[in-house]
Amino acid sequence: MSIDVVNITKTYKGFTALDAVNLHIPTGELVALLGPSGSGKTTLLRIIAGLEWPDSGEVRFDGADALNRSVGERNVGFVFQHYALFRHMSVFENVAFGLRVRKGADKLPEAAIRAKVSELLALVQIDWLADRYPAQLSGGQRQRVALARALAISPRILLLDEPFGALDAKVRKELRRWLRQLHEELPVTSVLVTHDQEEALELADRVVVMGKGRIEQIGTPGEVYETPATAFVHDFIGESLSLPADVRGGRLFLGERAIALDSQGASEGPARLLARPHEVDLADPAQAPFFGKVLAVRTFGPIRRADIQIVVPSGHVVVEAAVPFGEGLEIGSQVGLVPRRYRVFGAQA
Amino acid sequence: MSTIHPTALVQPLASDGPPTLAKQARTQNGHRPARTEPAAVRIALTLIALAFLGLFIGLPLLLVFVEAFKRGFAAYVAALSDPDALAAIRLTLLVAAISVTANVIFGLVASWAIAKFEFAGKSLLITLIDLPFSVSPVVAGLIYVLLFGSQGLLAAPLQAWDIKIIFALPGIVLATIFVTFPFVARELIPLMQDQGTAEEEAAISLGASGFSTFFRVTLPNVKWALLYGVLLCNARAMGEFGAVSVVSGHVRGLTNTMPLHIEILYNEYQFGASFAVASLLALLALVTLIAKTILESRLAEEEPR
Amino acid sequence: MATATASRFTFRKPSVIPGFGLTFGLTLTWLCLIVLLPLSALFLKTSELSFDRLMVIMSNARTLHALQISFGLSLAAAAINLVFGGLVVWVLVRYDFPFKRVVDAVIDIPFALPTAVAGIALTTLYAENGWIGSLLAPLGVQVSFTPLGILVALVFIGLPFVVRTVQPVLADLDAELEDAAASLGATRGQTIWRVVLPTIWPALLTGFAMAFARAVGEYGSVIFIAGNLPGVSEIAPLLIVIRLEEFRYADATAIASVMLLASFVLLFIINRLQHWAESRGGRGR
Repeated sequence: MSIDVVNITKTYKGFTALDAVNLHIPTGELVALLGPSGSGKTTLLRIIAGLEWPDSGEVRFDGADALNRSVGERNVGFVFQHYALFRHMSVFENVAFGLRVRKGADKLPEAAIRAKVSELLALVQIDWLADRYPAQLSGGQRQRVALARALAISPRILLLDEPFGALDAKVRKELRRWLRQLHEELPVTSVLVTHDQEEALELADRVVVMGKGRIEQIGTPGEVYETPATAFVHDFIGESLSLPADVRGGRLFLGERAIALDSQGASEGPARLLARPHEVDLADPAQAPFFGKVLAVRTFGPIRRADIQIVVPSGHVVVEAAVPFGEGLEIGSQVGLVPRRYRVFGAQA
Repeated sequence: MSTIHPTALVQPLASDGPPTLAKQARTQNGHRPARTEPAAVRIALTLIALAFLGLFIGLPLLLVFVEAFKRGFAAYVAALSDPDALAAIRLTLLVAAISVTANVIFGLVASWAIAKFEFAGKSLLITLIDLPFSVSPVVAGLIYVLLFGSQGLLAAPLQAWDIKIIFALPGIVLATIFVTFPFVARELIPLMQDQGTAEEEAAISLGASGFSTFFRVTLPNVKWALLYGVLLCNARAMGEFGAVSVVSGHVRGLTNTMPLHIEILYNEYQFGASFAVASLLALLALVTLIAKTILESRLAEEEPR
Repeated sequence: MATATASRFTFRKPSVIPGFGLTFGLTLTWLCLIVLLPLSALFLKTSELSFDRLMVIMSNARTLHALQISFGLSLAAAAINLVFGGLVVWVLVRYDFPFKRVVDAVIDIPFALPTAVAGIALTTLYAENGWIGSLLAPLGVQVSFTPLGILVALVFIGLPFVVRTVQPVLADLDAELEDAAASLGATRGQTIWRVVLPTIWPALLTGFAMAFARAVGEYGSVIFIAGNLPGVSEIAPLLIVIRLEEFRYADATAIASVMLLASFVLLFIINRLQHWAESRGGRGR
């Protein structure tokens, strides 16, 4: 089932949580809504689910209006951030809940409910926990119960709010791969909210990067990392080295000094130059576009980094650059920086 | 205001809890831990506290039962099987049943509105629900007399329809509901607020209706707190004296509840009979406290983790 | 269900959970019928009195004495409970002794025991031929049927308020605070006086105010032991009842209004104290 979000706006007491958001999610895709807290990603997920309503705009499932249907009628599976398991019900009864509350012709006979629940528990690999209560489970197990419960109503859309947020790092990685597999096996369109870029990049077909109620970029994990559309995306995903610059007459300046780098068509006026630390080469300070003083050099495992203080018109900035092993850098010496790959963003971007 | 939050009574367990009086003597080098006092001080303080409690609480309680059985078991049974005593017991049970039911329904309805939704003026509403706790029982009775009494604001219409509220069952029930008004709601609201709305949202997203969400998810989650509230509400409803005294009219065998019957017997110098009836209410208080102690461990389960 | 534009309603935050209108409406209706309308009847009746009439009632010597006795003895009882209740909490939380759980449960007896039962029990206990009264009589101390009796009853009903308010706060008190004070060279007395007491002080005051508020309005446990001599041992709630039985509704109403206003003020003070206690409790953790 495809999802269309059209011009959704949502405000809370003067705070704009979502600002004219548009998004198309094709059937069968697994999409991650990625952003810092307050970026509106959870609000968007809850609006798609029908747990909240927008001030204006549309939500369509397979082209049909979804906003006139309540959450119960939308048939979406929702996995809550802290799982929201019914604490007085066993694992089995938690999963069976959605089947038991059906009325009239939709109501399944008890045997069918039992069969379906057993099948789901086997699918999420916790059939041996059926009689336990939520309080007796580990975080990862609760997560699986929450997922099985959401899947019990045979949803064609699966929505997950920070599904791994409450788990420790090791379990998180394990469950991530397993969720990806599960998504492949099931006929569902999945949307997952996360603030963890690693999670989004590893798991999703496409990543929707959000900031301050707007969508900054939609793309495959490779696209958002390699070709960030805005400075925000460049900063938020992966490591960034950032320098203030000016674009004058289509040329790039650092203060009064022209820099021999392409301005990439950025708008006139103040701009930022962004690069990945490992895509910056060290060079002779006289010939490099940037140069500065080495403040510190750190080695952690296979990675070696240097803090370099660069003089800019407003004072100075400290950037971090990758240092190849074998390169002898003296603290206090001057070193030049040549970005191999970089992006220039105007003040608006 | 007078309710005690259930968790308030959970005591630290012995493992790293308070040192026992005996243990202290054995600490090394004669140095005691920084967190406690010399044994003599501790023993003295403990004895003072226990003496105070014994004097003010233990003795009066003991005395009720001693006085009740002073003239023998036969006299005790005779006092309780007196027709007026039986009528008072029946009336008390009836009044308690009605007012507890009313407060349970109100408590559930109010806590659903208050705990599961965000709206303007919520804390004012909670304060107003708590208000009867701080009103003197006599004033509570008086306000109904001013409203429904023979000189009351609604005296004319009530007379025209021949409805009797003051000096009759409805007045007693109203006054009792007033003084027990916050009991159930006060137990449910904080717990349901702590539990949040995620489980309800989950149930509704799985297709449950509002009613089945309430009966299958919300109610089972607060059942022990509800029972706790019912227990406290019932104890107060059966024992209420001041408010009921003002609206009852003290008609023997008709509008006398147990506490009022105790007063009449006492004022007639029938001390034995008076204490016999009082012993029933004292027993109710003891049972309530025991049940409450048992319930408190269950209540801890309902607190969100 | 709600549509895209329904969320414009700003009185409450929209939610998928149904039933707000129904439950909120019922709550408000029932609250008005049982509590707010009857209480406003009292003020309505009071406002019918002329100012002069009100002054005559309130300056009546018997009225003034009754109010004096109620408020004065309640204050004294709350003060006694502050000291002994505080001591009981300390012993209950910090020390271990046989039957501690039973003792802990017994604290709630004044909550659970009907006031009339407490009243006749205390009266008999402190009467001249009673268990305690007979010990005090040779010393020339009479408790039952004197203001001292009222004090005893008010201490009885107020005790759990102090204990149950302070107990959780003291139990939650971080033991490292005391270790820290001791490590900085404070004596045990200094630690308690300068570290422990200030921390539990808001809770103690809240308990004090609650015990006071309850005592001012108390009726059942007092009237048996008081002796009810006008001007000496007659409490304000009893005077309301007496005026009512004499059909002096104006007098009863006026005194009741004063008492009700006092409870509103106390409720407000207790509310502030609780906020203070909470903010104090949250500090440094």
